[in-house]
Amino acid sequence: MSIEIKTNSVEPIRQTYGHIARRFGDKPASRYQEASYDLEAKTNFHYRPLWDSKHTLNDPMRTAIRMEDWYAITDPRQFYYGAYVGNRAKMQEAAETSFGFCEKRNLLTRLPETTQKQILRLLVPLRHVELGANMNNSKIAGDVNATTVSQMHIYTAMDRLGIGQYLSRIALMLDGSTGAALDESKGYWMDDELWQPMRKLVEDTLVVDDWFELTLVQNVLMDGLLFPLVYEKMDQWLGDQDAEDVSMLTEFMRDWYKESLRWTNAMIKVVAAESDANREQLQAWIDQWEPRAYNALKPLAEASTGIEALDEIRAQLSIRLKKFQLQSQGVSA
Amino acid sequence: MVVKNKKLNLKDKYQYLTRDMAWEPTYQKKKDIFPDEDFEGIKITDWSQWEDPFRLTMDAYWKYQAEKEKKLYAIFDAFAQNNGHQNISDARYVNALKLFLSGVSPLEHAAFQGYAKVGRQFSGAGARVACQMQAIDELRHSQTQQHAMSHYNKHFNGLHDAAHMHDRVWFLSVPKSFFDDARSAGPFEFLTAISFSFEYVLTNLLFVPFMSGAAYNGDMATVTFGFSAQSDEARHMTLGLEVIKFILEQHEDNVPIVQRWIDKWFWRGFRLLSLVGMMMDYMLPNKVMSWAEAWEVYYEQNGGALFKDLERYGIRPPKYQDIANDAKHHVSHQAWSTFYQYSQATNFHTWMPEKEEMDWLSEKYPDTFDKYYRPRFEHWAKEHAEGRRFYNNTLPQLCQVCQIPTIFTEKEDPTALSHRQIVHEGERYHFCSDGCCDIFKHEPEKYVQAWLPVHQIYQGNCEGGDVETVVSKYYHINIGEDNFEYIGSPDHKRWLSIKGKSSDTKADSAKQDAA
Repeated sequence: MSIEIKTNSVEPIRQTYGHIARRFGDKPASRYQEASYDLEAKTNFHYRPLWDSKHTLNDPMRTAIRMEDWYAITDPRQFYYGAYVGNRAKMQEAAETSFGFCEKRNLLTRLPETTQKQILRLLVPLRHVELGANMNNSKIAGDVNATTVSQMHIYTAMDRLGIGQYLSRIALMLDGSTGAALDESKGYWMDDELWQPMRKLVEDTLVVDDWFELTLVQNVLMDGLLFPLVYEKMDQWLGDQDAEDVSMLTEFMRDWYKESLRWTNAMIKVVAAESDANREQLQAWIDQWEPRAYNALKPLAEASTGIEALDEIRAQLSIRLKKFQLQSQGVSA
Repeated sequence: MVVKNKKLNLKDKYQYLTRDMAWEPTYQKKKDIFPDEDFEGIKITDWSQWEDPFRLTMDAYWKYQAEKEKKLYAIFDAFAQNNGHQNISDARYVNALKLFLSGVSPLEHAAFQGYAKVGRQFSGAGARVACQMQAIDELRHSQTQQHAMSHYNKHFNGLHDAAHMHDRVWFLSVPKSFFDDARSAGPFEFLTAISFSFEYVLTNLLFVPFMSGAAYNGDMATVTFGFSAQSDEARHMTLGLEVIKFILEQHEDNVPIVQRWIDKWFWRGFRLLSLVGMMMDYMLPNKVMSWAEAWEVYYEQNGGALFKDLERYGIRPPKYQDIANDAKHHVSHQAWSTFYQYSQATNFHTWMPEKEEMDWLSEKYPDTFDKYYRPRFEHWAKEHAEGRRFYNNTLPQLCQVCQIPTIFTEKEDPTALSHRQIVHEGERYHFCSDGCCDIFKHEPEKYVQAWLPVHQIYQGNCEGGDVETVVSKYYHINIGEDNFEYIGSPDHKRWLSIKGKSSDTKADSAKQDAA
């Protein structure tokens, strides 16, 4: 038998907002729906931006991609702000435990000097790549109109800042929070030949104007090669050198990347399926950028996992893109 | 490995965790990566002088914000489950929420977009990170406001299509053009406009009155949002002050540019706040304080101290501040008079104040209310009682800059309308004041573009030539539900039935409910 609390029930006069009802019918809406649809200004803009007089504010023509309705792109994670920070708070709690554990037991400083150096040379400089990703995603969030799309990018922008901060903390753990290790690591990013193709690539993305091109390059092509290479293959490679403790400190990145595949795949799928013109445009961008992302990572792979690992990942990316009827160079090995 | 002995202090550590991730580019020109940083004429000689206004790493941000959200949504759920809308002071209060959701919430979303943009435009990484955090905060506010009002929307009219209305409805072009103006400016002006003038100088006159109004009127959902957003707002305010000090310290050539922006955004903000003034004085059944009192405390006293502090940079208080200070005795009454007359075209209801409310206004505005406004209001109340509720069917003349009808009066003579006009490239433009006219004169090429709702209606760009069609088809205002007089409206009737009263003794019951 169940207990029944009597309440003074009142019939609502409508179930949700008009703009939500026009899309989904007048029925109770989810928090994701009410937070994510048709909130942005769409028409009757008063002034053209001084920084881009060719376009209006919220101009859908800021990319070459055309969508009948940009809200066709949704987030499979259903992240609105509250759901997003709730999820990340849990992830950071786990990361905090790992960092605390490593720090307390001096797990990193006990590693051989050569391994410590490898961490500073091969892993920590990625904090700069993360800052580039942060900037790119913030630009995209500022250029996109549909909130379902813009919010995924501002969340990603903040995630990338967070990942850059976790990478920085690895170095701070190595140098006892003096900053010396970060200075050393930044030196590699600036001057070590190994990083120059990647630094050039990142700087080149910072001048890309078309926001959809940028999300494809940054969040699909670059990340699609970089994250599996660094946080899977290089992670194993570090483990082989008895530095498996580093894994604890990059768990956040592995979880994060796995999760990010959900929205990036959903986004590319919808855009590629919208029209042949879109698919051709995506293909042209892939042809232009995928080999560059591959080449930028080559020195890192050569200095660590070996090039086969990168080729394997490249093939995986190719399989992933094929699902959206897009091609990339999958088998150069 | 290299050993530096000194542990980083908190400030340096935060810099390593933010701006040190940036680097001097060598493969692309800095100018190409940050093309928008120079065109406003602001000179930044050294971004490393930027003081981080707060030190919040992402892990801490996620943690604190998630805790706040958890508490906030627990209250929203409880509010909805217990039909908290039945416990507000009076249903007239909900009209303040209608104004907020259609007038202010869309600005939160525009702020999200604007801060995401400037979060990329600056070459100083410290400033970028602070702006990005504000971007995601503003998205938070935009979304939590939808959720806070969601339950009200199910039980009251006028809240059902806020973003659509924000793009179209005549008076909503006031807040919209304000934010469009800031977003279409360069990054430094945007921050001077929004972070400094809006968030720092005027937030206690915009955001806080709505939240205090919610607290005084039993609106648990909205006031909980207000408390939850408070620590975000505090961060935004520190950013606002840091921005202005940083720009002024960087180069003396920046001072006149910033001064002009402060003049402009003070005036635009002051005009926008007319809407808040009328909300405070007329729409809250339980009053928090009068608009004049709020202006005295939050602008004249706090703002006065602020501008004294900025004096050492060569900044003086905003131009036309004296006119604004004097207008505190008038603007709320003039705005409410206007909305009362044009209720047929608004998504909220208007009404004439009850006797006790009139007396409260007389007490709060001893020099102006009885002399200039009470007679008009008593006349309208009488007309209404005799079945002739007054609506003005002539569309008003709008100011080219602030887009408020030219309803305000001269400082020297409260019975004379303030009206300015100039001819620019063969076209005549009209303004509500010297303040707005000055803004136009400095950037005419910008303000000639303004989408003026009244002009647009007359030009036939709003799906119809007559007001009724425009209001229903173009604005999505449900005629007879969302608009017109409060007394006898469906909202009023629903409220009476919630309170177990019949609706035919209309004026009397409304009076009792307001108590």
